[in-house]
Amino acid sequence: MTSMPPLQTLPGVVPAWQETVSREDLRSLCLTQKEQGARLVSLWGSDEGEENFDLHLALAVQGGLRWLRVSLPAHDPTYPALDDVFANANRLQRATHDLLGLLAQGAAESRPWLRHSAWPADRFPLRKGEDGQVYPPLVREPYPFVTVSGQGVHEIPVGPVHAGIIEPGHFRFSVVGERVLRLDTQLGYTHKGIEKRAESLAPAALIHLAGRVSGDSTVAGAWATAQALESILGRQIPERAEWLRALWLERERLVNHLGDLGYLCNDVGLSAGFSLFWALKETALRTHEKLVGHRYLHDQIQLGGVARALTVSDCQSLREEGVTLEREVHRLQELLQEHAGVQDRYVSTGRVTPELAARLGLVGLAGRASAQAWDLRVSCPTPPYAQAEVRMATRTQGDVAARVAVRFDEVFESLRLIRHFIEYLPSGPSLWNDTPPLRAGVGVGWVEGWRGEVFVALELGAQGQVRRWHPEDVSMSNWPVLEHAVQGNIVPDFPLINKSFNLSYSGQDG
Amino acid sequence: MANILNEILRHGVRSEPFSWPQADLETWQQALWQRFGRALVIRHVDAGSCNGCELEIHALNAPQYNLTGLGLHFSASPRHADLLLVTGPVSRHMEEALRRTYAALPEPRWVVAVGDCGRDGGVFGKSYACLGGVSQVIPVDVVVAGCPPTPLQLLAGIWRAVTSAKGSTLPRPE
Repeated sequence: MTSMPPLQTLPGVVPAWQETVSREDLRSLCLTQKEQGARLVSLWGSDEGEENFDLHLALAVQGGLRWLRVSLPAHDPTYPALDDVFANANRLQRATHDLLGLLAQGAAESRPWLRHSAWPADRFPLRKGEDGQVYPPLVREPYPFVTVSGQGVHEIPVGPVHAGIIEPGHFRFSVVGERVLRLDTQLGYTHKGIEKRAESLAPAALIHLAGRVSGDSTVAGAWATAQALESILGRQIPERAEWLRALWLERERLVNHLGDLGYLCNDVGLSAGFSLFWALKETALRTHEKLVGHRYLHDQIQLGGVARALTVSDCQSLREEGVTLEREVHRLQELLQEHAGVQDRYVSTGRVTPELAARLGLVGLAGRASAQAWDLRVSCPTPPYAQAEVRMATRTQGDVAARVAVRFDEVFESLRLIRHFIEYLPSGPSLWNDTPPLRAGVGVGWVEGWRGEVFVALELGAQGQVRRWHPEDVSMSNWPVLEHAVQGNIVPDFPLINKSFNLSYSGQDG
Repeated sequence: MANILNEILRHGVRSEPFSWPQADLETWQQALWQRFGRALVIRHVDAGSCNGCELEIHALNAPQYNLTGLGLHFSASPRHADLLLVTGPVSRHMEEALRRTYAALPEPRWVVAVGDCGRDGGVFGKSYACLGGVSQVIPVDVVVAGCPPTPLQLLAGIWRAVTSAKGSTLPRPE
């Protein structure tokens, strides 16, 4: 029986506790936690030198994050599989094996997940002995797709290059006629080795990279990494900076939701709806360019605050734009609600029942559309959100219509929050005057981006160098649910269902 | 139905007059007509982008830019395309797909590498997972830097590619 060190409270704005767990106790602890309502946010590994590796798990529990750390001996880097406890552990375990060689014993699946042909099966890029340089060229191994047999069943392979302007991934449909029996997905095409890359970067450059894990969630990604860094450095950011970060996060949510609503019109053939939503989005993007010099707010999040302090007239133009947007989006919402053709395509399409969502661990926007009431801005609010009393949008139907409805609700709530943040914006600096000296430590970041939560775990070494940085986009957990959502639907509805989730490929591939 | 028509009428024409020095709308149309005798057909490939550049390529489709009016058309297939718009540092896992897509374009073909990543790998650099830019894999005619480049910068890059000397001696289709 190993002695259990006490729970260590991590500093910073995110309530988080780290604890060491023995390999023997891991499963029973996870089972107990699961029973008490815990959810797996992330699972990753780290190379701790000659003697051992560490396996890490981040669990969302009541009131915060529990970070479990399990030491595995270097000669036997295995651990009991957890995919039967937390469904989203399946791909996380496989990714952890591909990158670091930690093996989940008894896992339901052993297919590689992120590794195609960039590195051999017996080399693990995230190990400290690997220098991140190019491996000898390999012949691409065929991915063993799940096949379905039976009379009239055939396969439709799609991707990695798709017909539209979208990120690459491969979808293998098994169909009878037009009906989808099963979808098997292969992702990893955009794997860029960001976690290895991070280990050569200084803190400012790390935040810059974090804003490009998924370029459409640059505020969420950069903010989460900044949270982790600032907690290690042990200094809070100015109050005004917290508020401005939240303001930008809501603007990011707003423009992405507008764009998605436009595409959800486009995918049912309502091109006028597409144009009307995209005209609004484009106007909002130009406002960003005018205010901060970047249409998507890249690099607004800086270590210790935000890049630009807003002026009174900046706030005024945001307020005025908000009034126009509120009015216009209401008109478009009515337009869609009254359109029988649109509703016919939306209602009951791509349904994920609340029970299925809970079992598979669906979270974020798609989760809320299937009655999974979790939104970090409500469930675990950091400073500006606690005062703002965010109203969480939820639906129970779990279909495309529900995901559209949640987006509309969130657009209006973001507009309200933006008004609130502008109205009560605290005065004072919006960036640290100086940066505290770097030091060793661990920290976490946890931010509710427009898709759902972005989690970051960070460990700095003695000289403040990045020892391990692991960002987790909600897409990693949500992608498998898409495979269930399309079952029984017709093939032409797949683009619509896929768009209604709009998950990140780059964010999950890493 | 009436509601949609009302909404369209209320907004009116949203496309903006092209206020960009190299070429106004007519110059664009004429140049494309002389070179192709029809619209320029573009195929996009994401070769490991963070999705930032895709946002701006989508934004080109916003009504303000009047893409169709300019004579630009995005195609679902490389076989119909004149120009390949490539984003991303070229992840090793997308290398083969990019090569194959390029090979599927009929000649003459133009390649525009988009973004700082498309130029040289950008923040992702060159590593076990990234090749470090589009020109590492296929010949590139024009690079449009930026993170991400704006819609107007993208249009400028496409303009540079199609008005270059390459392919100018080809007979124009009747």
